[in-house]
Amino acid sequence: MQTRREMLTRSATVAGLLASAGFLPLTALAAWPQAAFDAKTMADAAKALGGSAPVESKDVSVSGPDIAENGAVVPVGCATTLPGVKRLLLLVEKNPSVLAAVFNVTDAVEPNLNTRVKMGQSSNVFAVAMMNDGKVFFAAKEIKVTLGGCGG
Amino acid sequence: MGKRSLIGLAAMALCVGAQAQKTTADGIAEYRKMLEDGNPAELFEAKGEELWKQKRGPKNASLEQCDLGQGPGVVKGAFVTLPRYFADTQRVQDLESRLVSCMATLQGFDAAEIAKTPFGRGEMANVTALATWVASMSRGMRFNLPQGHPAERQSYEVGKRAFFFRAGSHDFACATCHAEDGKRIRLQELPNLTKNPGDGIGFAAWPAYRVSNGQMWGMQLRLNDCFRQQRFPYPGFGSEVTIDLATFMGVNAKGSESIAPSIKR
Amino acid sequence: MSDPMRIRAQAAGDKVTVRVLMSHEMETGQRKDAAGKVVPAWFIQEVTATHNGKTVLTADWGPSIAKNPFLQFVIKGGKAGDKVAVTWVDNKGGKRTDEATVS
Repeated sequence: MQTRREMLTRSATVAGLLASAGFLPLTALAAWPQAAFDAKTMADAAKALGGSAPVESKDVSVSGPDIAENGAVVPVGCATTLPGVKRLLLLVEKNPSVLAAVFNVTDAVEPNLNTRVKMGQSSNVFAVAMMNDGKVFFAAKEIKVTLGGCGG
Repeated sequence: MGKRSLIGLAAMALCVGAQAQKTTADGIAEYRKMLEDGNPAELFEAKGEELWKQKRGPKNASLEQCDLGQGPGVVKGAFVTLPRYFADTQRVQDLESRLVSCMATLQGFDAAEIAKTPFGRGEMANVTALATWVASMSRGMRFNLPQGHPAERQSYEVGKRAFFFRAGSHDFACATCHAEDGKRIRLQELPNLTKNPGDGIGFAAWPAYRVSNGQMWGMQLRLNDCFRQQRFPYPGFGSEVTIDLATFMGVNAKGSESIAPSIKR
Repeated sequence: MSDPMRIRAQAAGDKVTVRVLMSHEMETGQRKDAAGKVVPAWFIQEVTATHNGKTVLTADWGPSIAKNPFLQFVIKGGKAGDKVAVTWVDNKGGKRTDEATVS
């Protein structure tokens, strides 16, 4: 008998394959996007979520401190002033897990999210806006870390 | 330069605009400010409040009759007058040892067992959560430890001797790091604890949530770790030396504002 | 049984700022314990926020999110008295929902 986790993992993999093959609209991806979270670059993460190549834009912003005293807890935010945004992503370029979060925004919330990430070392942090029409825009900020925050 | 003026500098730098060259110290001050809202210590505060009110232990009683120095059940304002002398136990006690006394007397827990439990585990973790909540109930109030009782004055004097006592393989004393203005280790400022180091600094900042390990630290664990860093043997939980050091720091901090529970690296 | 979340929802004008603190280890699966064994990954994967029962935000999280996660978002068109609920689901199937009233 399949465990629930096995069943979910299977359906996630299948959904991921179908999506990247273009058979599923983004909205049908209900399970955790494994491929996106396995991605090693911002471009790959966006692609895994069905978006096009990311383009830098002044209309997307990533907020955070210039320097974090401890990488274990780094407050970061992602926002955009562009209308028609479907998702906002946060990525930490040099982390083993590059993609930190995918926020699926609805019209009921402002496209402006704040959370906290772990950073293993000084790195660029990216905020990515994935639009309804498939376009992808990003902003980058370098955050210096004085002490690694991943169990060190 | 005290932390206050650093934060003042940071605020000025931010007001003037991003053009102003920010120093590392300004950057750190900005980082700390960003973390003030949404301190995970709140999770421990909530747990502590629940534990205070919950009927627990062999006697199935709550801690709501616990006397923290202001009378049974009075929590607000208690934190800023500890350590102090308690007539029922006939000794000066700090917040954490007093909580354990109440857990023993009111709820029937074994005080010695709790004292032996490592920080972060079992009932010791509950003591930390309780201390976090009790401290939060005095947030913004100013330290005013009593020194009316001879035992309280003695606690201060012994604490002072202990503070300056050099020992261990490295001949360290608390004073080695904490008896001068303007010292730091890497990016950590070392407050001068022989006097009032300012609002929310030193004694006035613990218990604190440490982001580096995601742990909640009360003053007992903070002192325990100071001993470790000085290559001293570990002090017993709630031992006299830890209480007397707390009295020394707390009395020196008279008038400073408590920001506990705070957030630390 | 996991520890409760702290949810604060404050109305200003017709916007409601929601701040959430969740109690969770957010273990990456990259760390080794004192004995040298890898500590298994254990982290929140899915977050859902509702406003008066209607889903307003969902998120997929990875292990790069910090321990005891913090989340802040702004609901458009809310007022005092409204209900905000937050649910998280982790990679081990653990789940928790907490609710708060907008003040």
